[in-house]
Amino acid sequence: MITHHLSDKLLMAYSAGSLPEAFNLAVATHIALCDECRARLASFDAVGGAILEQAQDEAFALQDGALAATLARIKAMPPVTKPTPRHAQTGVLPEPLAGYIGGDVETIRWRNIGGGVRQAILPTSKAATARMLYIPAGVAVPDHGHNGLEMTLVLQGAFADETARFGRGDIEIADEDLDHQPIAEPGEDCICLAVTDAPLKFRAILPRLAQPFLRI
Amino acid sequence: MKARNGAEWVVLLRQIAETQDTEAFTLLFQHFAPRVKAFLMKSGADQAMAEEVAQEVMVTVWNKATQFDPARASVATWIFTIARNRRIDMLRRDRRPEPEELFWGPEEEPDQLQVLALQQESDQLIAAIADLPEKQRIMIERAYFSDLSHSEIAEETGLPLGTIKSRIRLALDRLRHSLS
Repeated sequence: MITHHLSDKLLMAYSAGSLPEAFNLAVATHIALCDECRARLASFDAVGGAILEQAQDEAFALQDGALAATLARIKAMPPVTKPTPRHAQTGVLPEPLAGYIGGDVETIRWRNIGGGVRQAILPTSKAATARMLYIPAGVAVPDHGHNGLEMTLVLQGAFADETARFGRGDIEIADEDLDHQPIAEPGEDCICLAVTDAPLKFRAILPRLAQPFLRI
Repeated sequence: MKARNGAEWVVLLRQIAETQDTEAFTLLFQHFAPRVKAFLMKSGADQAMAEEVAQEVMVTVWNKATQFDPARASVATWIFTIARNRRIDMLRRDRRPEPEELFWGPEEEPDQLQVLALQQESDQLIAAIADLPEKQRIMIERAYFSDLSHSEIAEETGLPLGTIKSRIRLALDRLRHSLS
């Protein structure tokens, strides 16, 4: 059961469309797993609908002939075919994450970053970075703080840090105030999606030296 | 022009989906297309781009009319999401990942009582936002129009971030309260 959810602030920013792509990916993937946040998002979208309803402004009126031009575009198009509904996915990775990776977990091309921990950086716009993290059961990720915002979504296994335990579907939202050392639980290896809008601050000197090469 | 409620827009959109009714489309266009254009211009698009994209959004409304689910959103909310996604493509050239759709089963007909309740609630939300104190309403509008982050809103208005957050929260609490 999911116990760690998205904040109102993040849901509203996702609804308004003001988040960088990497954050959108983490928000959308959490929502794919979490009915509660899906319902909360619907209420933020409804606020957007109400804002649109009141957006009319004589200063921004349509050009003459806009309706005729739009109807002409519609007539020029081939008839619409109804899309076939996709079936619910069964792998570890839900959409839209599976689409970014091009398949499920076995298609991820991991790179070792030390201590058995592996990562794969996903292609997104540069405003923020998205990476998959693979943490073997029982292994700790180096102790780190944050310059900006970090969101970590668990897709397989579980990890715990100083604040709480996070299992599949749970999302941890960390900012400047949190220094933490996530440790994967014994049992299943842990796979996460981690997004950051600024480099992490590692405590130990060695990870700090490696940081520019690993892009974390 | 006669003001329509949420349930009436649903009927018009269904006529487009079922019989490609251009009269129903004309009524929807006259109401929503100017609003989409104003929404885009208030979000930073120029006149020519907003005009072009408003027409594209209305073409998408025609094309995707069969996919609209009145048990999950009002027509205004659905058109807002189409316009928002086009705005992201247009202004930032970023992709916007969307959660996968829930699988609702084969051609399930939405429960009519649920549809009516959701459409009425959406009408109440529109009225509740219009009734907010001006400062709160403007704050919410800017979050949705301006493509600004919360911290950017704070910079522009000189207000501390905490105040912005509590204003938006207060405004949303009021909305929730007025709907309960």
